[in-house]
Amino acid sequence: MDFQVVILAGGFSSYLVPLVAKEVPKALLPVANRPVLSYVLDLLESSNLKDLIVVVEGEDAALKVGGWISSACVDRLHVEVAAVAENVGTAGALRAIAHHLTAKDILIVSGDIVSDIPPGAVAATHRRHDAAVTVMLCAQPVSGPSESGGSGGKDKTKKPACDDIIGLDSLKQFLLYIAKGTEIKKDTRVKKSILCAAGKMEIRSDLMDSHIYAFKRAVLQEVLDQKPAFRSLKQDVLPYLVRTQLRSDVFSDQSNVEENGNGNGKNNMQNNEVVLSQILSNASMPSFHQVYESGLGTRKTHKCCVYIADESKYFVRLNSIQAFMDVNRDVIGESNHLSGYSFSAHHNIVHPSAELGSKTTVGPHCMLGEGSQVGDKCSVKRSVIGRHCRIGSNVKIVNSVVMDHATIGDGCSIQGSVICSNAQLQERVTLRDCQVEAGYVVCAGSEHKGETFARK
Amino acid sequence: MDTRRGALAVPKVRRVGFFTSIEPPPESSLQRPNRSQSGPVDATTSSSPLSDSPSGNLISPVLIPPSRHHSDNLTSRVAAAAAAPVPVPGPAAFRRYLTPERTLLHVGSYNPPDSLLGTSSPSSNGGLSEDSASLFGFQRSDSTKLSASLPNGGFDLTLAVRAPQESETKIATTSASQGKKKIAEVSGKSESATTKPQKEKEPKALKDKTTKAERRAIQEAQRAAKAAAKGEGSRRADESGRANPGKAAIKPQPKKERLPVTSSVSEKTAVAVEKEKRMDVPQTQMQYDDKSRVDKAKRRAVVEQTESKNKVELFLHLPQYERSNQLPNLSSNFFTLDSIHHAVYKVGLQHLAGDISGDNARCIAMLQAFQEAIEDYSTPPMKDLTMDLTAKINGYVSFLIECRPLSMSMGNAIRFLKNQIRKLPVNLSESEAKSSLCSDIGRFIDEKTIIADKAIVQHAVTKIRDGEVLLTYGFSCVVEMILLYAHEIGKKFRVVIVDSRPNLEGQKLLRRLVTRGLDCTYTHINAISYIMREATRVFLGASSIYSNGTLYARVGTSCIAMVANAFSVPVIVCCEAYKFHERVLLDSICSNELGKCFTRSSSCRLFIYLNQSFFACVKNLQAILTP
Repeated sequence: MDFQVVILAGGFSSYLVPLVAKEVPKALLPVANRPVLSYVLDLLESSNLKDLIVVVEGEDAALKVGGWISSACVDRLHVEVAAVAENVGTAGALRAIAHHLTAKDILIVSGDIVSDIPPGAVAATHRRHDAAVTVMLCAQPVSGPSESGGSGGKDKTKKPACDDIIGLDSLKQFLLYIAKGTEIKKDTRVKKSILCAAGKMEIRSDLMDSHIYAFKRAVLQEVLDQKPAFRSLKQDVLPYLVRTQLRSDVFSDQSNVEENGNGNGKNNMQNNEVVLSQILSNASMPSFHQVYESGLGTRKTHKCCVYIADESKYFVRLNSIQAFMDVNRDVIGESNHLSGYSFSAHHNIVHPSAELGSKTTVGPHCMLGEGSQVGDKCSVKRSVIGRHCRIGSNVKIVNSVVMDHATIGDGCSIQGSVICSNAQLQERVTLRDCQVEAGYVVCAGSEHKGETFARK
Repeated sequence: MDTRRGALAVPKVRRVGFFTSIEPPPESSLQRPNRSQSGPVDATTSSSPLSDSPSGNLISPVLIPPSRHHSDNLTSRVAAAAAAPVPVPGPAAFRRYLTPERTLLHVGSYNPPDSLLGTSSPSSNGGLSEDSASLFGFQRSDSTKLSASLPNGGFDLTLAVRAPQESETKIATTSASQGKKKIAEVSGKSESATTKPQKEKEPKALKDKTTKAERRAIQEAQRAAKAAAKGEGSRRADESGRANPGKAAIKPQPKKERLPVTSSVSEKTAVAVEKEKRMDVPQTQMQYDDKSRVDKAKRRAVVEQTESKNKVELFLHLPQYERSNQLPNLSSNFFTLDSIHHAVYKVGLQHLAGDISGDNARCIAMLQAFQEAIEDYSTPPMKDLTMDLTAKINGYVSFLIECRPLSMSMGNAIRFLKNQIRKLPVNLSESEAKSSLCSDIGRFIDEKTIIADKAIVQHAVTKIRDGEVLLTYGFSCVVEMILLYAHEIGKKFRVVIVDSRPNLEGQKLLRRLVTRGLDCTYTHINAISYIMREATRVFLGASSIYSNGTLYARVGTSCIAMVANAFSVPVIVCCEAYKFHERVLLDSICSNELGKCFTRSSSCRLFIYLNQSFFACVKNLQAILTP
């Protein structure tokens, strides 16, 4: 279909400290005991997209990601891992790999999404409208534990209500305005020409930019070349394209070439072509772009389209610790079709090699990785426990994620926390809404609430 | 079927002559039961061997039905000739075409099997009828049909010319076989026939569901009459020999200017006709109440379609799918449909989403996508370009059909393209072949749409006089061009745009006309009877024109035409020649495209209600168009 797929897998995200570390770049964070990148790859593979470019920030991270990819799916996919310098931003990363891009359109997917929205939909919308850029929007996920989980809901700090402020035209096809909710303090400016041309603008704060974009390659490269200062796709490139959609600079070269080509043809032929294009354009409802273009003659426009995902689809970006918790909970809970595991009759997954002590209960929506040992009289609810963990007896784990090789002593109580790999909890530790860095040792008998344990 | 309609009809339409070379005589499988039912009557004819009934000896109307049965019997004898004694077979219906005044019976065949062709005797008269076929564009298929089903088909032609009433009786009996109420008519019309008593008797016998003995009596009587007529018949045969040239002189007169065109067309395409028949993929109509075929089609389907839950029973034979699901389904499969070229995919999406509507635009968009696909095509190793490319195009076409049913014009265009692929010389290199195909497509677009539209516009503008009020319905790009051009050359007129739900295409037209400074009135179809008072001329577009003159157009078109007729407003239909199709539909819900509220387009029978100006105009326009 003449599409190239670029996965922006990031590097060591600062938002996710202490979950990410030197050993675990963001793309390899385990979600239900699989790296989050595998969800993206699965999603793309299910859409028959097998030629992928994965862009990773930093050589180290790239090595790790590349290593994992080659071990996991070298047989199924053709993946190219490209390392770019750290802190160049998404736009910088694309600039760095620009010479790899050859197809007509480029699908850019963030490497940290867990979703079941088919990426083909955004590509199809892109093609249908012949747009310069198409953005997938989806409904804001409900953050915090679900209502049924309930226990720790009250003290969760809810995320700011709106991430993105998005302006759409009346048919919800075109993007007229986009800004980050946090950037807008009191007021904002909207292009008058766009507003006049479109007639109506619908401003939505319940939608979220999903970081899945389809770009026309020529447009993208043009913008990246023209504006070397642009660092981020979402914060620089996309708003720029949206802002300039009625006075497009990016198409100027191409259209000149086209006009020259037409001029050489015979007069009669050209006349026919005019009629032809008229027939074609008359057949469809003109978008406001076309109306505007015809009104002003020489101005070129480009279209910024949106694809609004169905609300029933699942979509979460793993860009915060809260999101990490949510994703883990959802993937083994409500949206368990994403995980790719088959669930037992009790709605949980207990690996056959896991050992359970007597009187230990593993509730629904739980996952126990291979080789893990759980002592007697334990209770595990709505939690993910990684591989080869050792958990003592009388331990209570609720709404938590315990990564591989963690050790938890007897009598611990863990709620809403993340225990990274190789961390150690000594006896009778009580944790609530805490994150424990990889390899950290929490002293016996301590009681913590809402803390982050990391080596300084 | 309906004699009343037939009587109203105007024969001139048939001269359009676009179809001269296309299909062999249609013969409906539906009709065969009728023929087989006519077994008892056949008994008389089967007693006289085929060789015994030369073309000349069957003149009197009495004798004609038996002879017909005779030939019919050849095909239907295998089928148990029993059951209800319906005396008149289907083919009689075709005879109506022969009478100049009654041309408009719907021949009632969807898929013409050619089984009957084999029975045509190669008599000189048969040849004659072939000649006349090429003379009268539209009648061709029917008269060949006659010659096929009747050894003396050619003779029947003359008969029809000489004695319209006689043929009328035949028609009437046809209808009698279908509906008993017509019998009164039959008896009335066969008044002048020489053998009226028997003729009368036959349908009556039919009516009463006579016993075997009674039927036998009838047969005996007929046999006697036949024997009596034999002598007379030979005499008339001579007459017919004289009558034929005379008729040829009378009939083709108005069509003389058409003759060269039709014949050249027929020569050109005659070779391809046979193949085309087999390759005519896009036009085969699937009956969606046929479970097994639907299942088969589903398995082949590229796009997953969910059937709508509450189907409308009246439309069971049409595809009823949930429209709302199609687009998301299709678009989420974007990357999985590797076999579809992305240009074709885009066009399919646009069709499905309604981004492109209007026949011309859809057809052009499709052809341009094919052009692009062909440019990107490369023959896989060990494969033949002709075969492989045809298969590819077939795949694209079935994909497009699933997006939205093809229009007739698209079907014709696809047929053209496949024909071009087939005719590619073997020694061409791949790049040459591709470029030749692309230029062929470009030429098709230019000639069939743009130049045709220009010709239509040039001609139609002459029909517009100053001070007129032109009414148009919905949106047709040709009509728009006409209006704009007429405005450009300074004609003073006013436009009434009539529109209807659900798509309200007229609004687009209105917007564009108003920006160009035309004086417009916009109304919905509910108000047609009020607004028609103002109109002095109606311009309509059409999706297709069928070979019986039926218009296939947006739903509501026939309503407009009827109202126009009631107000004696001339109606002009503008339709490019490439939209013509040889299909004939008996019913207006045969092959409709169902929209969201089951109102996309339906075939409507305009021909009955239109006045002369319509046909005159179409004829002229057509004359300009045919290359």
